[in-house]
Amino acid sequence: MDVFLQQLINGLTLGSIYGLIAIGYTMVFGIIGMVNFAHGDVFMVSAFIGLIAFLLLTTVIGLSSIFLVLAIVLVVAMIFTGLLSWTIERVAYRPLRGSFRLAPMISAIGMSILLANFVQVAQGPRNKPLPPMLTDVIVLMDNNGYQVTLAYKQIVIMGVTVALLAGFWYLVQKTPLGRAQRACEQDRKMAALLGVDVDRTISLTFIIGAMLAAVAGVMYLMYYGVVNFNDGFVPGVKAFTAAVLGGIGSLPGAVLGGLLIGLIETFWSAYFSIEYKDVAAFSILAITLVFMPQGLLGRPEVEKV
Amino acid sequence: MAKALTGDGSAPARPAPLAVALKDAVVSGVITWLLLLPLVGFRATESGSGPLTLTTRFGLVTVFAVVVAVLRLVMHLTVWRPGREKRVAATPSALAGLGARISPLAKPAFFTLALLYPLLAVVLSGGLTPSRYWIDLGIYIGSYVMLGWGLNIVVGLAGLLDLGYVAFYAVGAYAFALLSTSVPINDFMAGHLGEGFWAAWSFWVCLPVCGLLAALWGVILGFPVLRLRGDYLAIVTLAFGEIIRLVLINWTDFTNGGAGIASIPPISFFGMPFSAGDDGFAAHFGLTFDPMHRIIFLYFVILALAALTALVTLRLRRMPVGRAWEALREDEIACRSLGINTTLTKLTAFATGAMFGGFAGAFFAVRVRFVSPESFTFIESAMILAIVVLGGMGSQIGVAAAAVLMIGGMEMLRNLSFLKSDWLLGPDFDPTLYRMLIFGFAMVAVMVWRPRGLVSGRLATIFLKERKTVSGDLVKEGHG
Amino acid sequence: MRRWETDPILAVDHLTMRFGGLIAVNDVSFSVGRGDVTALIGPNGAGKTTAFNCITGFYKPTLGRLALSHDAPASPEEVQALTANGQAHAATTGGALYLLERLPDHKVASRARVARTFQNIRLFSGMTVLENLMVAQHTRLTRSGLLSPSALINLPSWRRQEKEGLDRALHWLEKVDLVSRADDPAGDLPYGDQRRLEIARAMCADPVLLCLDEPAAGLNPRESAALNALLLSIRADYGTSVLLIEHDMSVVMEISDHVIVLEYGCKISDGTPAEVRSDPAVIAAYLGVDEEAVEAVEAEVGL
Repeated sequence: MDVFLQQLINGLTLGSIYGLIAIGYTMVFGIIGMVNFAHGDVFMVSAFIGLIAFLLLTTVIGLSSIFLVLAIVLVVAMIFTGLLSWTIERVAYRPLRGSFRLAPMISAIGMSILLANFVQVAQGPRNKPLPPMLTDVIVLMDNNGYQVTLAYKQIVIMGVTVALLAGFWYLVQKTPLGRAQRACEQDRKMAALLGVDVDRTISLTFIIGAMLAAVAGVMYLMYYGVVNFNDGFVPGVKAFTAAVLGGIGSLPGAVLGGLLIGLIETFWSAYFSIEYKDVAAFSILAITLVFMPQGLLGRPEVEKV
Repeated sequence: MAKALTGDGSAPARPAPLAVALKDAVVSGVITWLLLLPLVGFRATESGSGPLTLTTRFGLVTVFAVVVAVLRLVMHLTVWRPGREKRVAATPSALAGLGARISPLAKPAFFTLALLYPLLAVVLSGGLTPSRYWIDLGIYIGSYVMLGWGLNIVVGLAGLLDLGYVAFYAVGAYAFALLSTSVPINDFMAGHLGEGFWAAWSFWVCLPVCGLLAALWGVILGFPVLRLRGDYLAIVTLAFGEIIRLVLINWTDFTNGGAGIASIPPISFFGMPFSAGDDGFAAHFGLTFDPMHRIIFLYFVILALAALTALVTLRLRRMPVGRAWEALREDEIACRSLGINTTLTKLTAFATGAMFGGFAGAFFAVRVRFVSPESFTFIESAMILAIVVLGGMGSQIGVAAAAVLMIGGMEMLRNLSFLKSDWLLGPDFDPTLYRMLIFGFAMVAVMVWRPRGLVSGRLATIFLKERKTVSGDLVKEGHG
Repeated sequence: MRRWETDPILAVDHLTMRFGGLIAVNDVSFSVGRGDVTALIGPNGAGKTTAFNCITGFYKPTLGRLALSHDAPASPEEVQALTANGQAHAATTGGALYLLERLPDHKVASRARVARTFQNIRLFSGMTVLENLMVAQHTRLTRSGLLSPSALINLPSWRRQEKEGLDRALHWLEKVDLVSRADDPAGDLPYGDQRRLEIARAMCADPVLLCLDEPAAGLNPRESAALNALLLSIRADYGTSVLLIEHDMSVVMEISDHVIVLEYGCKISDGTPAEVRSDPAVIAAYLGVDEEAVEAVEAEVGL
């Protein structure tokens, strides 16, 4: 029971991060029907931007309030990552919109390779560690020395995720932007005819997805205290798995899928074997796509003859 | 990561092109500066075991921003200038006309060049030993031509997007590595066919086995996933590729894990080892022993394997099954209405492509004589796919040209040692680091420039009066 | 002569197709006569294409039986026996019997030999006209296996087989007057030619039942007349039964032997063109008024 509870907490924390990344995949897939392969690397870049901002604030400027530092880091990472994602869409995807279906996918793979290697070249190939922060924990249970703990940073991660999701939900459901987005998902041409600025809507979708990924990136950095140029691929695939598991195109599905993937990963590592945890993630991806391609909350696709 | 905005900012009717161009140049310069600021302008440097320290490089960021701005300005005033749009549109057709004129000669010329390549390399580099680099490069390119042709069957003909092709390459390589180093098989063969038989013959015996095993894996993996379409199929194949690699890493008892399998027996000239001994290849043909004999032989083996791939594909395209593959790419529903069993047809494409991947894998293992999961990462799949797409899906000559361009080009990047000079980037600069960076950039750039690849037309497989090329705009890219 | 009653090639029994809550086809039964041209008509959304998709295997019907008999009609006992034993195919005294709802779509085409065209033309647009017709002969040309060695090494036996296929394709090219376009990509043809090519392609698959989904849609009167001639020749010269969905009444009335009318997923009329034309239910469906109103008007004008 105590191990279970601890893994539940860890899994939900990890799942929040995956969920935030997964929203970016699901939104982009919903609106332009492409798997944005570079999204995982955008997430990794955002973690690096967070790292730089953190170092700048703590070592150069010398801010001491950890919460203030975190807030500024989040904002900085969101702004720069949003700009990056906007540029990527503009340069690598928009010219290919409406052309050959494989082209944007190849372009996205190229962009993913480009981003990872750009960071490797610019920041070096080694792991970048940060001094531990927010190390305090709340002991929830003490069972003969095995402590079930809830760390402050876990509270921060889950809290920020919930707050962001609430804001995001409002944005998509209640604002003109959200309406334009949903219209573009249904029929881009028709939306354009009715006066929706499709290009702008797609750009904003990329920016919002990247900003959520930036939050995930900063959380990831804070949680693990280390980041590497290679850290985009596997979390990216897991977040994509989350998006698929939840039903691609469905926003609540992405969050649900993220939480599930986080839980599955932690429980798998705790109870089975840690070596095969990535195999588990990839297998879930394959199994979901093969047997339940519409995911948990997605709409089934009817073949048009 | 210098990037440019798309050139749609200048509508023909706009008054002052220079003002527009200047504004665009400044905007893109500023954006570049901002983009590069966090990760190029600052660098988190490790100082021993202590905490990270920040170093700054604002000068470099500014240089990049200015370069991008100037490039944009130049482009706006030349290629993207409103008045020039017509000529830009005319260029591809002139290119196509040129292509049409050379295309009948391209294939024989390409094949002759491939055949004579070792001779040329030896003559031009002045001897067997110095030609090593060039022949190795030829083998390397040849492997990718073969892999590209193999994947071309799946992606280019059948229209199935496979992002895990490297899995079959790995199956072939590991099958050969495990079989050829297996002690029980060696003992069995030694008992029945003589000592040293397995070391000498293992490649030739295992080659078909590796191909068949890879094809079998193609069927096993293909069966559940082939009803998926488009991007989903791509992602599942990617997942399978990664699963196979992770299993190779983690199943240490069987595959020796990340350490890989070493001391794979070298290739033999159909049983004759390339050794200095009396029973060796050199002694048998009255030559002086030279380790380069083996390398040159390897070159011809991969050439033969690639030619086999090309010929089989050519033949299959003219058979009902090949036509069914292409029809499947064009319209799956229409295929079913004509009685084509789409699952079976897709499986044959998948298995055929996998088989050639398996051959290439066995060749890889016998060439390098060492296999480890490191060699079978997703990047490898992406590279092969990029070759196929850059070549123009379905076109064999295009794929071959793309392989030469990409692999040769990446190899050239290794030799950019002039960049190490003090005034440029300093002696610490490592050009190999930039290979993948430039590779990624090139993938994006090529897609934006020519989304249909180098050769986009499709040659008809049967004709009444004349064999025509179907323009790339009509050829579909498949749904699965 | 009501051939659909004496010698049906296809007997549709209680065909029902539901999509979630929507009933697209509701308990429809009809027969298609061997060698007849049968037209399935009705207003938009009546369930014609859904019925078609069930017959050609693209949809699995929610309920119902689709019995197709080759060569000779199957006796009710034979149909019953096959229905009961759960299989999809049986030999009968005169020929063979297939239950289409039990066959996967490609087997409906390859084994039961039902070929079809599509409302929105589905040609292999990146392949040439001739290649389209060669793909259509896939079933025949792969009789010795998908990867038959004789084809792989191009043996004379294979070349003979391929020559036959080429001749058949040529025959149909002549038939639809497209010989001069044989080496052009199908996607380059004008619309009317594409329609004819799609029919030729379906005929190259050697069907016993040819299903055409709005073959005359988008054709000009001259092309429409040529289509009529083509369909009549298919019936007369090849003995192929034709089932077509059509909105163009001139085509329907001119060439069909038997007309079935659907409305809102239900059959409202079934008979010869003349019978259907005078059926008040049909007039009501097409004019959008009540049956009683039609009868009242007819009474007034003395029909």
